[in-house]
Amino acid sequence: MSDHHIKLPEGSIEKLTTTLNLGPTHPATHGVFQNILELDGERIISAEQTIGYIHRAFEKIAERRPLYQITPLTDRLNYCSAPINNMGWHITCEKLLGVKIPKRVDYLRVIIMELARIADHLICNSIVGVDTGAFTGFLYVMQYRELIYEIYEEVCGSRLTTNIGRIGGFERNFTPTAFEKLEKFLREYPKVLREFENLFTRNRIFMERTIGCGPITGERALNYGFTGPNLRAAGVDYDVRVHTPYSSYEEFEFDIPVGSTGDCYDRFLVRNQEMWQSLRIIEQAFRKVKEFKGKDAEIFHAEVPEYYLPEKKDVYTKMEALIWHFKIIMGEIDMPAGEVYQSVEGANGELGFYLITDGGRTPYRLHFRRPCFVYYQAYEEISKGAMLSDAIITLSSLNLIAGEMDA
Amino acid sequence: MALTNEIIQQRLIEKFGDQVQQFGEPFGMLTFEAPKDLNLKVLQFLYDDEVLKFQFLTDLQAVHYPDNKGRELAVVYHLHSLTNNVRIRFKVFTDILTPDVYSATALYSSANWMERETYDFYGVNFVGHPNLKRILNVDEMDYFPMRKEFPLEEQTRVDKDDEMFGR
Repeated sequence: MSDHHIKLPEGSIEKLTTTLNLGPTHPATHGVFQNILELDGERIISAEQTIGYIHRAFEKIAERRPLYQITPLTDRLNYCSAPINNMGWHITCEKLLGVKIPKRVDYLRVIIMELARIADHLICNSIVGVDTGAFTGFLYVMQYRELIYEIYEEVCGSRLTTNIGRIGGFERNFTPTAFEKLEKFLREYPKVLREFENLFTRNRIFMERTIGCGPITGERALNYGFTGPNLRAAGVDYDVRVHTPYSSYEEFEFDIPVGSTGDCYDRFLVRNQEMWQSLRIIEQAFRKVKEFKGKDAEIFHAEVPEYYLPEKKDVYTKMEALIWHFKIIMGEIDMPAGEVYQSVEGANGELGFYLITDGGRTPYRLHFRRPCFVYYQAYEEISKGAMLSDAIITLSSLNLIAGEMDA
Repeated sequence: MALTNEIIQQRLIEKFGDQVQQFGEPFGMLTFEAPKDLNLKVLQFLYDDEVLKFQFLTDLQAVHYPDNKGRELAVVYHLHSLTNNVRIRFKVFTDILTPDVYSATALYSSANWMERETYDFYGVNFVGHPNLKRILNVDEMDYFPMRKEFPLEEQTRVDKDDEMFGR
């Protein structure tokens, strides 16, 4: 035998299974993470996940930053619904500082958070469509996500990584244009969502691809720490908005949709239903906001001079405002010592913030409970024995966001 | 009858006596600590007890207190009793030279990656974990970056000559 033979690793000829690297930069993973699949034909025998490709050490960075500078870090967790992360962080800080938030701010926050939830679910569900071979739905609804992004833009000036709001409220009041855009969205969106559902919900091909694909029982889901739509699809009606209400969610009337089998189809249906519920909440909140008249309609933040940046014209004309402005920007404000855990219902589940302060100017320790990170570990269990193409749908219907997983 | 923090505290004291201690309620969440050898016993008790039913592990992380000699690392469990809708926080402290804590993976599947993350950043050695290796950092890393001995850059440092950013 000549020496020109290609040298293969030992045992690779005799091996009957195939190893396949799905990711880290595979278009079907919709994010930077890797799955090392062991395949027998097209069936998955085992899956090993590698994550951390976009780990940015947010928890460490946060230990050197004053509170308001941590908000942009939270943007980059689940970047499909950044406003929920921002609001969650503000609510955590407000809990620590004991700030009382005016009702109008609560309602405005609810509007923004529910819009973000719709944007996130919309992406997730239409991507499931793409992975099952239906591109139309995805392209069609993008236009309406754009309407949501325009509302963000009107409120805070940016679109994807929003850095929306401040500790105590919003950076500025909602403009009449923002409300107009919201009205336009509320007017146009239900029709589109209905059409989107018509396209998928009873679609023969879609149903055959997703029913029974990647199922999980409620019990296993709880044991794996599932939260949010993925847990509800498995039949457990746990929702942070109802169980530990924040931002006046207890005043709204909405249903928690639950599934039964926890497969991709149920997850899809739960997310779709949740969008309807979010619309309901937005409408109620919008009605409540409109009830504020005169001076009350101009409230958009609480009085927390130590943390809320004063208006620019006050900074130039008033001594007090100038002092606070300087102190906030330079991060010279000592926080009360304490430890606080606050969670909000993110688009993927319970997004928790565990904040420990020792009385200094920066957090002593900050931990993000990222729902994606917690439930992605179940992926091996739910995709074992499935076909490769099913595994990809499962991946996208779990709504895994690499930014949230890696923090 | 709703489950209150007093009832939880009472039941824990009945079961473990003075080994569970440092009870507190920061922002309404019952917080307590136990010796680190007891962590699994406490978790199991909280899981199995027919009244408490703390069967959902919300979060698990570590905190480093370098000045706390002999108890430098704290492992913090956030548990949620979904049937009663009550949350508690449970801590165990460990020495940094032998940071061995029993793994909760047998009880909670979700603890798997949470413990890997805690090991990755703080070096807590979870005894009995099926696959204790780094998760977010590279495997070749030989230190635990979230410990306090690795400070981030001092904001006011002057020795760095960086014309671009005006320092």
